[in-house]
Amino acid sequence: MGRYVARRLLLTIPVLIGASFLIFAMVYALPGDPIRALAGDRPLAPAVVAQLRAQFNLDDPLVIQYGKYVAGLTHLDLGTDFHQRPVLEIITDRLPVTVKLTVVAVLLEASIGLVAGVFAGIRRNGYFDNLVLVSTTLIISIPILVLAFVSQYVLGLKFGWFPIAGIQQGWYSYLLPGLVLASGSLAYVARLTRTSIAENMNADYVRTAKAKGLPRRTIIVRHTLRNSLIPVITFIGADVGALLGGAIVTEAVFNIPGIGRAVFDAVRGQEGAVVVGIVTLMVFFFIFFNLIVDVLYAVLDPRIRYD
Amino acid sequence: MNLSKRSGALIAAGLAGTMVLSACGGDDNKKNGNTATPASGGEFSIYVGEPENPLVPGNTTESEGSQVVDALWTGLVQYKDDGSIDYSGVADSIKSDDQTTWTVTLKDGWTFHDGTPVDAQSFVDAWNYTALSTNAQGASYFFANVEGYDQLQAETDDAGNVTKPPAAEQMSGLKVVDDKTFEVTLSKPFAQYPVTVGYTAFYPLPKAFFTDPEAAGKKPIGNGPYKADEDFVPGQGFKVSRYEDYAGDNKGHADTVEFRVYTDLNTAYTDIQGGNLDVDNQIPPDAITSVKDEFGDRYGERPSSSFTYMGFPLYDPRYADKRVRQAFSMAIDRKAITDAIFSGSRTPAYSVISPVVNGSRDDACKYCQVDVKKANQLLDEAGFDRNQPVELWFNAGAGHDAWVEAVGNQLRENLGVEFTLQGNLDFSEYLPKGDEKGYTGPFRLGWSMDYPSPQNYLEPLYSTKAQPPAGSNSAFYSNPQFDDLVSQGNQATSDEEAIKLYQEAEDVLLEDMPVMPMFFGLEQSVWSDKVDNVVVDIFGRVDIAGVTVVNP
Repeated sequence: MGRYVARRLLLTIPVLIGASFLIFAMVYALPGDPIRALAGDRPLAPAVVAQLRAQFNLDDPLVIQYGKYVAGLTHLDLGTDFHQRPVLEIITDRLPVTVKLTVVAVLLEASIGLVAGVFAGIRRNGYFDNLVLVSTTLIISIPILVLAFVSQYVLGLKFGWFPIAGIQQGWYSYLLPGLVLASGSLAYVARLTRTSIAENMNADYVRTAKAKGLPRRTIIVRHTLRNSLIPVITFIGADVGALLGGAIVTEAVFNIPGIGRAVFDAVRGQEGAVVVGIVTLMVFFFIFFNLIVDVLYAVLDPRIRYD
Repeated sequence: MNLSKRSGALIAAGLAGTMVLSACGGDDNKKNGNTATPASGGEFSIYVGEPENPLVPGNTTESEGSQVVDALWTGLVQYKDDGSIDYSGVADSIKSDDQTTWTVTLKDGWTFHDGTPVDAQSFVDAWNYTALSTNAQGASYFFANVEGYDQLQAETDDAGNVTKPPAAEQMSGLKVVDDKTFEVTLSKPFAQYPVTVGYTAFYPLPKAFFTDPEAAGKKPIGNGPYKADEDFVPGQGFKVSRYEDYAGDNKGHADTVEFRVYTDLNTAYTDIQGGNLDVDNQIPPDAITSVKDEFGDRYGERPSSSFTYMGFPLYDPRYADKRVRQAFSMAIDRKAITDAIFSGSRTPAYSVISPVVNGSRDDACKYCQVDVKKANQLLDEAGFDRNQPVELWFNAGAGHDAWVEAVGNQLRENLGVEFTLQGNLDFSEYLPKGDEKGYTGPFRLGWSMDYPSPQNYLEPLYSTKAQPPAGSNSAFYSNPQFDDLVSQGNQATSDEEAIKLYQEAEDVLLEDMPVMPMFFGLEQSVWSDKVDNVVVDIFGRVDIAGVTVVNP
């Protein structure tokens, strides 16, 4: 197992280098002049423009620009944005917020999704199963933007159950945005669990367990659930990686200063160093959580071995 | 410039649709029980968009950052509501005999938040720092009229690469006479100089700034009615507290003020509807029609300094004849557009000088009144080819689509010319396109004033030397008569004389019609029942010090 993990981690290095270069090239290819846009209606003094262009290597060809960026990386310098803010600082400012939002979203998604899925799966076609089917279809079909605004308006403004926006009230502030963010995945998790459980309920090993006279509870929790979890864990794991990339819409509506907004603004401002720094980190998260999922497989299913 | 407002509008446009919902919320129109005596104490929160730059005055040229910087600093002069200057700031007097060498005398008793005195040196140091090109400060060009400014600019070649570092670090035109006096020598006479120095770029900086500019950009040390107690957190904001040793008359009322950063206008608006935010001066487009009814006496509006125009590419032979430009202008019903598209949240412009400035006339533009018959006649005389569609340019994603299309529809209806919309370019491509003479038809641009002088609405936009890349004269207009009148106005010894000359320059301009004035902005603000005395100044900034908290 240890060797497998080490090999996978080593493999991420070329992926990260390739990804960062690709992202760098894409930002480079964006049309327009970021420094000119910086100035707005009134142009900056020509010498100031020259100063900024030189400072951000904007006149160099792509490969040289990337080379200088990588050279900076070797002494942990991720560069700065056009307003002289270090990229590292942007990340350390924004990431904790996004992590909190992700934790809340994943907890909600896993707990509600799993419980609903299990109960629906046990009594297939029952009342509860149909309820889950209808409600998840509904949730999946509503765009997250609508969901965010409606929940903010109804639950936040009208009923006052949740803070409307911002993160002034600690974890409580993350509850509603977390729920909105989790809603789509929550529905998927419920569906996935339900199908998986329903399938396993008819499996041979469950019949054997029943024949042995094991209590129903034990059969479901120890055997069915454990086997049904594999696809669900895959989904949740990949979702954690994606959620850590930030949620532009949810962050904007609930005024949460997470990493999604930072990337969005950076792309719009053609802030090469910021985009590359953050997106490369996102790529790393994605790879890392997929690795964790793979390792979890082995824990859940003793038949899977990596050595 | 208003970059932040621009991106705010983009988000607003992107998230629109569902927002009709939030426009009908809120229910309490409670009269607040505040009486005449302004209360001191308490805390309130105010909306602010993400400042573009660190909170350094010389690098703050956009509206969001200047809202914060303005609360933390007080400049040499302050501005009255009619745009005239008021010596309630640090300066006791700003005088000159020849309009070229200005002597600035400071008042006693002013201190920075770290306790050090505000003296002549703190202004001179700050101005040199801002002007020096290697410091890359956005407001550097504000000092371009000071003698010796050029020596502080690095030399560049044609490709824009730095070839030689700046020759000097201090402008020869700035001279400290004593602790409370300094002299500014301009490269040529400029009678409006005292009007300009109340702007953000001219604020003083303490010694502590220069030892660590980066730290001072996060936790600014100013001399204003409020002081920063903590670092400004991007995306979140910070709290400032009243500076007890403030030497000015407009001492802060509330004990503390929270600047809360919102990335989305709609969210801020929902928050103030829910009573979680106290002051908001950015009303989202979807709420404009309902905001007045909803907030009642907790709603205020005033003309803003923002000016929107459609320029003509004078380098295009098609628009080289001024009769064509006059005809276009007369074919546009500005009032209909401000009513239909902006629900009255903008006012039609019949002048290129904003009504917030002393010297503005609401009937300066005779070709801005609709006259379809005369317009067609002029167009015929000029031999304009009506079969070829007119291309209308604007920058993408900033909410300009609807009104530019309305302009096109009116041109089609009134002049019988087809139009196409060229609105795909982002700001970062749109501006360079204009600098390279790339517009193939009328183009949208805007302007917000830096200081309340008619000169600020004329010289930087239409003078020959303001042609790109040096300035914002994107129409590439050039008329020696106009240049001359502006320059005479700059040297006039009295305000009346200056205004008269500037107005003559405006007349020349509007006869040539290199740009069609379109609209002036309107500042709208709303507040919660927790606060009172919310006043917006001519720059569109809430006067933080004046806001009182009800029952603190």
